Amino acid sequence: MTIDFARRVDVMLRLNGRDLTTVVSPRTTLLDWLRDDIGLTGAKKGCNEGACGTCTVLVDGRRMNGCLTLVVQCAGRSVTTVEGLAGMRGAGEVGGGQLHPVQQAFADHDAFQCGYCTPGQLMSAVACIAEGHATDDASVREWMSGNICRCSAYPQITAAVLAAAQEPAVGSPAANSREGR
Amino acid sequence: MRDFAYARADTAESAAGALADPRTSVIAGGTELLNWFRLGIADADRVVDIGGLNELRGIAVAGDELRIGALATLNEIGEHPLVIRTAGALASACLQAASAQIRNRATIGGNVLQRTRCPYFRAEEPLPWPCSKRDPGSGCASLAGRHERQAIFGWTRDCVTVQPSDPAVALAVLDAQADVLGPAGRRTIPMREFHLTQREAAEAGQPMRETRLEPGELITGYRLPTSPDGQAYVKVRERASYEYAIVSAAATVRLWPGKIAAARVALGSVAQRPWRLTAAEAELPGTPLTREALIPVIERAMADAVPLPQNGFKVLMARNAAVRALLTAGGAR
Repeated sequence: MTIDFARRVDVMLRLNGRDLTTVVSPRTTLLDWLRDDIGLTGAKKGCNEGACGTCTVLVDGRRMNGCLTLVVQCAGRSVTTVEGLAGMRGAGEVGGGQLHPVQQAFADHDAFQCGYCTPGQLMSAVACIAEGHATDDASVREWMSGNICRCSAYPQITAAVLAAAQEPAVGSPAANSREGR
Repeated sequence: MRDFAYARADTAESAAGALADPRTSVIAGGTELLNWFRLGIADADRVVDIGGLNELRGIAVAGDELRIGALATLNEIGEHPLVIRTAGALASACLQAASAQIRNRATIGGNVLQRTRCPYFRAEEPLPWPCSKRDPGSGCASLAGRHERQAIFGWTRDCVTVQPSDPAVALAVLDAQADVLGPAGRRTIPMREFHLTQREAAEAGQPMRETRLEPGELITGYRLPTSPDGQAYVKVRERASYEYAIVSAAATVRLWPGKIAAARVALGSVAQRPWRLTAAEAELPGTPLTREALIPVIERAMADAVPLPQNGFKVLMARNAAVRALLTAGGAR
């Protein structure tokens, strides 16, 4: 059985609720593709080695580092970036319009200073809540540790995540299941 | 990043077949390979993706054996009720590794194949200093430079680094077997023997070899004997989360009221392999589960440690981690 290796690969995926087909060089990371090819610059390129978390996006509702994920590994999957968050209810579902409750909670709690890490913090927070890990201060700190904030807004971020987790539309298990939209 | 050609494997056999070509690398989660390509650590021209192979997925108990597919992610393992119940040290080690988002990508097959975090090794090519792992025979800049995080067992003058995996320490203490598929068919490798110290590799005539995995072999999964023994994984690090271990320890303890009936204990990040303290394991039955009783047993088992000039503190820290892992596994606190 032989395998055919290719230097250009067709990839079909869903991005922020929209199905699309793209042709990529296999080495293209999800982060570079979003920023350079699609023009979605919400996910930031901080360390480009999986250390800082500011490139965090959702793939099939799970948070992942865009810099450690190839576009070819996203074939058939649903990708959600911070641009697709507004109107979304629960991980993996996209609507349109008003701020997501997690975004609103970050604004209400002043959970940033420079804002560079915020897109990744928001995506990680949405997943953290959906996973059921936003139960108390210690759990949020542990499960949000992959998102570095060099302005050190951690107390405000933790408070925002815990507050957003209380929103019925975000925190309830039904809202985060595929059936619960 | 290094350019490469890409293909998706449709079976584990076809992936292993592709790996027979030394220009080919395998990708599962990709959390290591992509960084290797960025730094010039890996030089493959072709990448075969095993991420879609359902045959390599799954976590299940069959009889008295826990089976974990190579593609199980660290988060899936760490939060799986069967793993928590039958291999608690492994669940704990997985959840103490990396970050939540990396654990959603990183697989247990790839995790044990991660390379050292030595900063002299993990630099972008061309390296301005010697590193025998990057340029065989060139020497070790860390030995002459900073090495407080490096090995206290099994190192050579060619290389003093440690294997940083948390799950590997738990797999070694739990007597896991890795199932591998390669040119010579299927075989198993005990995880307590999977990694090689620099000295073991040198004695085998392949000084830079790091594991017993042969070229072209693919890890397909692991089998662990399920254990009713208490278990613990203790990780000592410079911050509370999302950091590599300075030292770690995994232990299992079966108690006979008040005393240890049987125990296993291994250290992590002290050598280029998980370091089972077999001399202690032989001595522990009959020992009271107290800090005072355990310390001399662990110290005797670590008497052959050879710390470097800057890392003598790791001997004491590892001793204490082992004692704490045993106490925790035995439910002492």
